[in-house]
Amino acid sequence: MTEREIMARVQAKLGAKVLQAYEFRGQCAVTIAPSELRPLLTWLRDDSDIQTDWLLDVGGVDYLGYSPTDGSGDDDREWRYEVAYQLYSMRHNHRFRVKVAVAEPNLVVPSVWDLWGIANWMEREVWDLYGIRFEGHPNLRRILCHDEFVGHALRKDYPINKRQKLTSPVENILCEKAEWA
Amino acid sequence: MSSGTTVPPIPSELMTINVGPSHPATHGTLRLQLQLDGETIVNSACEIGYLHRGFEKQCETVYYQFVIPYAERLNYMGPVHNSNAWCHACEQMLGIEAPPRAQALRVITSEMGRIIDHAVCIGTNLVDIGALTNFWYMYNYREKIYDLYEELCGARMMVNYPRIGGVSQDAPDGWFEKLLRVVDEMQEAVGDVRALVERNRIFMDRTIGAGAISKELALSHGVTGPCLRATGIPYDVRKAQPYWGYDKYQFDVPTAEGGDTYDRTIVRFQEMYESCKIIRQAVAAMPGGPVMVDDHLVALPEKDKVYNTMEGLINHFKLVMHGIQPPKGELYSATEGGCGELGFYIVSDGSAKPWRVRIRPPCFANYSTFPKIIQGAMVADAIAALGSINIIAGELDR
Repeated sequence: MTEREIMARVQAKLGAKVLQAYEFRGQCAVTIAPSELRPLLTWLRDDSDIQTDWLLDVGGVDYLGYSPTDGSGDDDREWRYEVAYQLYSMRHNHRFRVKVAVAEPNLVVPSVWDLWGIANWMEREVWDLYGIRFEGHPNLRRILCHDEFVGHALRKDYPINKRQKLTSPVENILCEKAEWA
Repeated sequence: MSSGTTVPPIPSELMTINVGPSHPATHGTLRLQLQLDGETIVNSACEIGYLHRGFEKQCETVYYQFVIPYAERLNYMGPVHNSNAWCHACEQMLGIEAPPRAQALRVITSEMGRIIDHAVCIGTNLVDIGALTNFWYMYNYREKIYDLYEELCGARMMVNYPRIGGVSQDAPDGWFEKLLRVVDEMQEAVGDVRALVERNRIFMDRTIGAGAISKELALSHGVTGPCLRATGIPYDVRKAQPYWGYDKYQFDVPTAEGGDTYDRTIVRFQEMYESCKIIRQAVAAMPGGPVMVDDHLVALPEKDKVYNTMEGLINHFKLVMHGIQPPKGELYSATEGGCGELGFYIVSDGSAKPWRVRIRPPCFANYSTFPKIIQGAMVADAIAALGSINIIAGELDR
């Protein structure tokens, strides 16, 4: 199935809940509200024609001040952040991307760490660098920056040359349950 | 102790130890905390980020073509693949394709990178578990591959060889012959090392069953590369979604069954053979023609034109000062790096600087399984497993 066909199916299923549908160079993506994320990802995973049972990547994007140079305006996004989930189906050998629109001030997305183990660390990274919280995540600590780091480094309003004091390491990084680590 | 008396349990309490961030077995800067009951690991956690350099943030502040040397600092064990992959992603954004000769040169340089990546991984992993000899065999030929890189473009490790739209220069005369010689020697060295370990009783006892990744765990954690193929899943981006003409080359995707340290090592040995096969085929079928696209919006003009014509000078100036400008859009581009699927998720606003570059580092996903695979194992097994996952801190922490 091509990505366009997957997108058409998602649009048929979700209707107006698809906030943006997007195609570029043969790759397709849909943007949805955080509340739709878990049902959509499980549906995509379980549908036998789509079966994107592999989550490969979770990454945030900050669209603060995004104004494309081609004169198409500011892309009429009403939200500042997006979290992109790159999906892959090993059985059908196709990819698809689902994006979640995250608007200020409520930067919360439901966690999918119980569906895919990889989401545990990937979500921690999005939290660390963008300050988007993942509801239901058991161990939402910073992962790349140190624990006393102030702010979120990949936000567009975080200055590139800002320096911060490196603090001492956390003594105990163990989790209550081993599978949370 | 057949007298019927029972030995009372020895009172013990859990002990917490730190491995790293600076420790010979971590080969980089990783911190691992283990909670031990005797010598058995009952709980563990990894802390990463010691090599976090703000790579993704940095990418947002420079032009697309200036990311090429940065990208090589991701997986610095097989550096040129990362820059090849970055250029490939940018070409996809632009909707262009590198000429066939440039693609073949990318295949060759990437496969050379894969060979040395695996060579270092196997060599250092074996050092960790007490076998030093193999390390020298492997490093010897790594040097020869560096010599080849040097001859190709002047740099040995961080070669900065590819360009968006092709590669910086064609191979010098006689380079392919030297390459084939080194590949033959390399294959022999790989065979020697493999013969030293493959049926070695000590090595087998030490690694079979150590740090095994199950199929389910691999799928759940998005494990890719040799770690995935060692579990028996034959996923390889080069086969699944070929790029640079990989579909033209005959090669196998080696797999194993157990997913443990032993299988990962053997899969890497086999992949080195396959890489040698690919290099030979690429050299034999090397297409002629240019190594750079003929597109003034992407490729720098020839020096002769820059110095002697006004158009060439302006073109050069525009490209260096204003950069290559892909259209507005976003794209995920995946290639098979030494550790697994290396993905670039690029968001462009149509300007010369990427709005957002997200790297999908294969090590990150592979390493996230680590606390699960060492649960209930011994500390020594954890060290063996750590080396065989092949964690490259540059890529892990970006």
